Amino acid sequence: MKLHEYQAKQVFADAGLPVPDSKLAASVDEVVEAAENVGYPVAIKAQVQVGGRGKAGGIELVDDEEEAREAADRILGMDLKGLHVDRVLVEAAVDFVNELYVGVTMDRNEGKPVAMVSTKGGVDIESVAEETPEAISRVHVDPSFGMHPFQARKAVYDAGVERDVAMDVASVLTTLYQLWDDKDSTDIEVNPVMITSDREVVCADAVMNIDDDALFRHADLQEMEEEGDSSQDDLEAKADEYGFDYVRLSGNTGIIGNGAGLVMTTLDLVDYYGGEPANFLDIGGGAKASRVANALDMVFSDENVDSVVFNIFGGITRGDEVAKGINEALESFEEIPKPVVVRLAGTNAEEGMEILNTDLVTVEKTLEDAVQRAVEYADTEADK
Amino acid sequence: MSILVDDDTRVVVQGITGGEGKFHTQQMVDYGTNVVAGAVPGKGGQDVDGIPVYDTVSQAVEEEEADASVVFVPPAFAADAMFEALDTDLDLVVAITEGVPQQDMARVYKRLSETDTHLVGPNCPGLITPGEAKLGILPGNIFSSGNVGLVSRSGTLTYQVVDSLTQRGIGQTTAVGIGGDPIIGTDFIGALDLFEQDPDTDAVVMCGEIGGEDEEEAAAFIGEQMDTPVAGFIAGRTAPPGKRMGHAGAIVSGSGTGTAESKISALQDAGVPVGDTPEEVADNVEDLL
Repeated sequence: MKLHEYQAKQVFADAGLPVPDSKLAASVDEVVEAAENVGYPVAIKAQVQVGGRGKAGGIELVDDEEEAREAADRILGMDLKGLHVDRVLVEAAVDFVNELYVGVTMDRNEGKPVAMVSTKGGVDIESVAEETPEAISRVHVDPSFGMHPFQARKAVYDAGVERDVAMDVASVLTTLYQLWDDKDSTDIEVNPVMITSDREVVCADAVMNIDDDALFRHADLQEMEEEGDSSQDDLEAKADEYGFDYVRLSGNTGIIGNGAGLVMTTLDLVDYYGGEPANFLDIGGGAKASRVANALDMVFSDENVDSVVFNIFGGITRGDEVAKGINEALESFEEIPKPVVVRLAGTNAEEGMEILNTDLVTVEKTLEDAVQRAVEYADTEADK
Repeated sequence: MSILVDDDTRVVVQGITGGEGKFHTQQMVDYGTNVVAGAVPGKGGQDVDGIPVYDTVSQAVEEEEADASVVFVPPAFAADAMFEALDTDLDLVVAITEGVPQQDMARVYKRLSETDTHLVGPNCPGLITPGEAKLGILPGNIFSSGNVGLVSRSGTLTYQVVDSLTQRGIGQTTAVGIGGDPIIGTDFIGALDLFEQDPDTDAVVMCGEIGGEDEEEAAAFIGEQMDTPVAGFIAGRTAPPGKRMGHAGAIVSGSGTGTAESKISALQDAGVPVGDTPEEVADNVEDLL
């Protein structure tokens, strides 16, 4: 789960981190009112979860009401990298002389959190990491002890942060680590941390991602997730409802399978045989008729889909049971909108393939054949 | 021979009274696994199909001489179950549970480094030595005994590759599903090292996927320290950056680390043939043998 900037800023403010005054607004009038409360100049920032908002025109600095109206009118309702902007954050502009990067993330290779500080803030930190890795100081933290104060100081001094603000920046890092730990965050990042002409330290942006697997113990964050969900893709929202792991892609061959690795492999094979995968959909263990029907409904809801390949490896679940589920699900459709190719493997696969209703589906014996057939169908359908 | 599990492995099942735990314990017993005890707090003194249940893992170890555990405990309690298992002298802990919070796992990982125990998982199908024992949820009937070791981050992809091998008459010494999470116990190198030391394993299949750098590190290990030939497969060539592909660990980062291309070229540089399809993997294994 990704928090919106306004939500992360609220979490930061509650933890005592220095953030600029700000208010959320959903209409031009609300923007003007918020700007008056906060005091000009203000930054008007689109609340959508994509990187590079500024470059894409989703952030504007304004000095007065006229400019605020103009900017709000333009940003509210705009399409930012495919996402609809329906709210903006109106935030006091910070008069800064310097920008830093401060963040905490999980280093999966070490199995440990790592804190990072850089004096090259305000730009994409991943390109800094690539071009000048020495410009980022890193400190690994033992998760059973948490971050020692000296580690925060070390990260800050090693990065070469100016001495007069170093302790304040170290304090920001210590608090960020605490939040990372308390909220089961996977990444927390402030880019930039601004140093003002008065030598104040301000968290000007806020990125905070939460481990979905830990949401069960954070009721407050669950509420934020519900409230912030407005910009989600319709199909992905539907997948959440059905409890599927689903990722929408841009091709026209729909894919349904069980197990993440095997579904990914099926996608790769579609590509390998000259097709384009439309989605990743893992229906998980078992294949009850209702679940199969939901999966088909999902894939057929994507108007790009021209054919579907269904690849199930029966392990503990037997192939004949899976076949019954597929038949039942397909028989419930008045008309099957696009051709479906099924391949079953594993336990009782042969029995399963005999049971499958070949009036409704094409049955193939191997994964390779099934994928090639589905790609062929997708091509034919696309030509219609 | 085999790695990690065999006929003599004495298993305690943590969470044996739950739905999954009960079902898969029966499956493990049917396969011939020596399940000697269950451990469920508050259920000590009961039995599940004749298998005695204890309140703690240490009691099960003491009373039944268990030397391996399989964890079927819900995600919220899985880390505690792993800590409990690691607090005894078990040789092996297999955590099947999917959805263990990442920070819990980081703490378990730290604790693991202080012990000699092998942890497999979490979020894994477990492991099997065909004809001897299986610990986990793998379908026993698709495996056959032989001379190829298999290590994979994915369950069903393992089954797919095993199926292709079996159709060619190639059996397995041991197949290990190491799990699809970002932080896991035994990684590719850990499993490859054990296969390298096993005299009966003549070739190894390694099925990786996008995310992290474990495959790249394994490629270096294969190049420098292994005599046993390895055949590779990497899933996720078509995965877009920033999207989690089912497994919590299967994600190409926004900056482009963890891509299939990087893993494939690292493996190829180490002399590992990487198949484009599961069938090609089986072809490659045949060539290596």
